[in-house]
This record gives sequence, structure tokens and C-alpha cells, in this order.
Amino acid sequence: MYGKKVKLRLLFLSFIFLIVVLSVFLILKSLEENVVYFISPSEIKNLPEVNSSKRLRVGGMVKEETIKFDQNQISFVITDFKNEINVTYSGAVPNLFSEGKGVVAEGYLKDRSFFEAKKILAKHDENYMPPEVKEALEANK
Amino acid sequence: MLKNFEPNKIFSLTSKAPKYVLATFIIVISVGLVEALIISPEDYIQSHSVRIMYVHVPSAWISLGTFSAIAILSFSIIVFKIKSFILIAKSLAPAGLVFNIIALVTGSIWGKPTWGTWWAWDARITSMLILALFYIIYILAWRIYENGEKVHKITSMIAILGAINIPIIKYSVDWWSTLHQPASINIFEKTSIHSSMIVPLALMTAAFALFSILIFLMKYNTELIKIKNKGLDRL
Repeated sequence: MYGKKVKLRLLFLSFIFLIVVLSVFLILKSLEENVVYFISPSEIKNLPEVNSSKRLRVGGMVKEETIKFDQNQISFVITDFKNEINVTYSGAVPNLFSEGKGVVAEGYLKDRSFFEAKKILAKHDENYMPPEVKEALEANK
Repeated sequence: MLKNFEPNKIFSLTSKAPKYVLATFIIVISVGLVEALIISPEDYIQSHSVRIMYVHVPSAWISLGTFSAIAILSFSIIVFKIKSFILIAKSLAPAGLVFNIIALVTGSIWGKPTWGTWWAWDARITSMLILALFYIIYILAWRIYENGEKVHKITSMIAILGAINIPIIKYSVDWWSTLHQPASINIFEKTSIHSSMIVPLALMTAAFALFSILIFLMKYNTELIKIKNKGLDRL
């Protein structure tokens, strides 16, 4: 159907393309630890060792009824529904930070169940709806 | 069919098209903005900042779509030597870059009140930034090698290699844990955006698509005129 030259160019291009795809894949694979933005409480549980001077991010859901405000400190529990971790933080939290919502805490791990956050980011999920619809959904629960 | 893409034939068409595209764009963007800014409801949790989405999401889609189009055209240029695609690919790039930057900037403006940060080096945002860099390299290569014989080969290779980034952007939110939320609009699964918010989103997407077609036509006509002035009938 196509001439010999077209086939040759196609072959050459696919070859280059495949090599680059493979190298990108290998680079991303080896950098996975840095590509993920946060780790889950379960992954913390499985960490080989606790390095309390390494800044890292933990993400998950804020467990219901665990947010406590003390004088200058706020404490809550991040859960991935398998494991949990206690977090303390002092400072302002984003507007979307609330119980049952996603959160990413950046800071230092004190031990496997205690995390000292220096920064709190709220994670928004993929659901968008007007307040009335949300109320209707809650009512139907 | 490809004969119709010959520059001297297509110019009679593309030189008239912009005014019609512009008129349609003005109508669609007017309706779209009224829908997005006034009629559509606020979100249950982010309230009015949801309206940023009506600019952010269409811009991101169009920048991705434009780059995919450039990559497919570039593939045809290299493999099948379809010369008339060269100027089309070249003329698509500026609008794509503009919408890429709009997506990054509006994302940042949305991120501050929602996440609590302007910028995060998560996989989605970083790969979008890499796409912007590819656009810039692509456009720069056209400038640098302007009169070179091999310019279309160099730029096409940049576009084809940059296309590897497209699926990475699309699936970054599924492959890795990211701050950016996963896709709300899914072709095969349930969409998680309420229907009252889909209408402005669709209208704004149409408006931005028309605008990028307009910019493309203006750029393409300029390129065609440049060739005519050089006294060349063909490329």
C-alpha cells in the first residue's frame, strides 16, 4: 500500500518513540517516591524506619469527630480507613479543611502514629454540586 | 482530498472564515459567561470559587487537544511527507500555549483558597508545566530554524516526543497520589459534576475552542501570506 520509504520512516519513528517511552517509564518508576505527592497512613506504618528530620507529606481523610482545637494548636486524625495517624498543627487551616474531607499534611514524623504538621493543605474531591443537591443527598441517607 | 489543503486553494476559504468564527465566538462566550458567572449555582463546599473551573477546565482540555493535534499532524509530516500539514501544525501552537498558561494560572488562583497553596509539585501540575515547556520549545524551534530546510523535521520530532506527556497528564491523577482531584467528567463512568454545572462548562469549552480556531486561522493566514510574498506557489 505504502512505499518502502514510508515504511522505513514509520519503523524508524516507532523505534525512537518506543525508546523514549521506555526511558520515561523507567525514570518515573525509579523516581516514584518523589512523584507521589503524599503517602498514606498505611504506607507510614510500613516504613522501614522513622526519620524524624525528613520533611514529608501524609494524606487521607480527616476522621469524623477527631478535630480538637486547643489554645494555639489543632489536632486531628488522618485515616485511610485501614490505618490512622495523629496530627498536630498550629496555624491557620484552609477553608475546605473539615471532618470527612481529604487533607494533606506536610511536616515531620515523630513516630509511626504521631505527625507534627508544618503546613495543612485541603484536598478537594471530584464532586461538584449545588448546596441544595447536597442537602437532598444528606436527607436521603 | 489532501489536494484541498494546498495553501493557495485553501487561502480563499481561510481568509473569509475568521469573521464568521469571531461572530459565533462572541455569541457563545456571552451566553457562556452569563451561565458561568450568574445563572449556575455555587458549589456546596467551595461556594463561588467553583466558577474558576469554567475557565480552568476548558483551557486545560484545549491545550491538551491542540498539542495532540499538532503531534498527529507532525506524525503525518514525518512519515507520509504531507507538506500542507506543516503550516497547520505551526499555526496551532500559539493558541495552545495561551490556553495552557491560562489553565496553570487559573489553577493557581483556585488552589490558594481551596487547597491553601498557590503551587504544588504534584504529578498533574508538574506534567502540565512540562506541556507548556514543550509548547515553548516547539514555538522557539520554529523561530530559531526559521529558514532552515529541516525546520519541519525538527519541530515535528519535538511534537511527537512531547506527545508522550499527554497520557501522563491525563492519567497522572490515577497513577500517583496527587493533590489535584481525579477527573470529574468520565466518558464511560458516572460524571461527578451536577448537570446545572455541566451547561456552563460545555458552553465555555465551545467558546474557547472557537477562540483557539480564530487565533489559528489568523496565524495560518499570516503564514500563507508570507509564502505568497516569497513568490512561492507551493511550500
